[in-house]
Amino acid sequence: MSQATLRVQKISGHAGPIPGEGMQREDQVCKLVDTTTCIGCKACEIACQEWNDLPFAQTTFDNTYQTMPTTQWNFWNLIKFNEQPKEDGTMMWLMRKDQCMHCADPGCLAACPSDGAIVQYTNGIVDFQQDRCIGCGYCITGCPFNIPKFNPTTKKVYKCTLCSDRVSQGLEPACIKACPTGCLHFGTKDDMKDLAEKRARQLREHYGFENAGVYDPPGVGGTGVIYVLHDATNPEAYGGLPANPSIPWAVRLWKTPLRWLGNLAMLGGLVGVTLHYLRFGPKTVHNGESEKRS
Amino acid sequence: MSTNALPHTRTQSGSEDRILRYTLAERVVHWVAGLSYIYLLITGLAFWSPYLFWLADLVGGGPTARFGHPWMGLVWSVAIFWMYTAWREDMRTTPADRKWAKHVGDYIRNHDENLPPIGRFNIGQKQFFWLMLFGGIALLLSGVAMWLVNDIPWSWRWLRYTAVLVHAVAALLTIGGFIIHVYMGTAMVRGGFTSIIRGEVSVAWARMHHRLWYEHVKGASSREK
Repeated sequence: MSQATLRVQKISGHAGPIPGEGMQREDQVCKLVDTTTCIGCKACEIACQEWNDLPFAQTTFDNTYQTMPTTQWNFWNLIKFNEQPKEDGTMMWLMRKDQCMHCADPGCLAACPSDGAIVQYTNGIVDFQQDRCIGCGYCITGCPFNIPKFNPTTKKVYKCTLCSDRVSQGLEPACIKACPTGCLHFGTKDDMKDLAEKRARQLREHYGFENAGVYDPPGVGGTGVIYVLHDATNPEAYGGLPANPSIPWAVRLWKTPLRWLGNLAMLGGLVGVTLHYLRFGPKTVHNGESEKRS
Repeated sequence: MSTNALPHTRTQSGSEDRILRYTLAERVVHWVAGLSYIYLLITGLAFWSPYLFWLADLVGGGPTARFGHPWMGLVWSVAIFWMYTAWREDMRTTPADRKWAKHVGDYIRNHDENLPPIGRFNIGQKQFFWLMLFGGIALLLSGVAMWLVNDIPWSWRWLRYTAVLVHAVAALLTIGGFIIHVYMGTAMVRGGFTSIIRGEVSVAWARMHHRLWYEHVKGASSREK
């Protein structure tokens, strides 16, 4: 983003065409998570805690390697561990890095009532501005991925920022930086889609994962975090990744038709009682009988 | 409590042509409910529409409004519950109300001379009471779910979705009742506002608006003497 202002438009004393003029930079950034090469080392979890200066989070042991059941206000990046039986009776780990998906059509932003508390940058990052957050938790209801979490002490809601502070300076997010297997990639959305599709084809053609595919759900307009899955027909097996997420219809109904219907009704009520007063006036009492008006 | 019950009939002013309509306790609870509702209305509308978010600044800003709204909702709920325990008998629909309801057009057009006599409350007041009671129950239950949204497990997320819709619809219905109630209590029915402040109405007012109640009270006070 900071580099956007340094794109060359004119050059003095320059013969011939201006290099780069009229070129369109691909602004959309994207994280690619290849679940097939994740080893569950949780280096990304630690890198996230470190970079974002998050305090120690209580872990919960639930008979898997998973750090805790879901992301927390102070734990934005969680590897979800799921054991999946294979056809030959053996088991395989499905390990998925869970975090904010940075939806193109964010349910949190649609639900938020506070001016400027949630912003979506042109590069696709959806970021919470805690100084504008009022802590109502509507974003928690609006999110189809169960990501925003409330901090009862500060009464604000927190989630992954996609390291917007790093990305704005041309750096990759902290989790990407820490990954030892190269299962995490960061780049433009187009490049990541290409890479993901190539990897999925490789899995289908050379590794026997016939249903391998890319998770970039269209119900939320695509996401700023995409997955390569061994079995793209069953994303639910990866720690409850929704098969076809979208902004909940109740939130859509609440925020658009119901809101305008309600506004019209309230306005109509005020106009109605005003007109009644102008037409009929007050009821007054005179000597025990009503004053006749018409 | 009978249909037209009144705890006692002596007015503070002691004047012969004034009678007690609302006891001090009734007035206090009415204003606890009324003022808390106004706070809930201001803060709730701030969260309802971006065009009304400035309302939050009237009561200390967004985070303060968000903090206060649920607690004030509990205050309002307690006041509504008190009203239910005190007034539920008075608020049942009577045969006199049904007769009166057929002439509601005359009431709206201020042709009150055509109205049959009724007891302590008219059917509009009774319906407003039940609207606020059942609206209040819906607002309380959905409001608690919205308050504790972070603690609702993901598998129960339908509760989050139900709560926001129920809360909005119930709030809109009570706002409709509130607009009419405030209009009638302050501008339309003269004498109504002083009755909920000082507790007293004139004999003429009672005879005109609630004749059966007036006759009941008059009978009770003459028996006392």
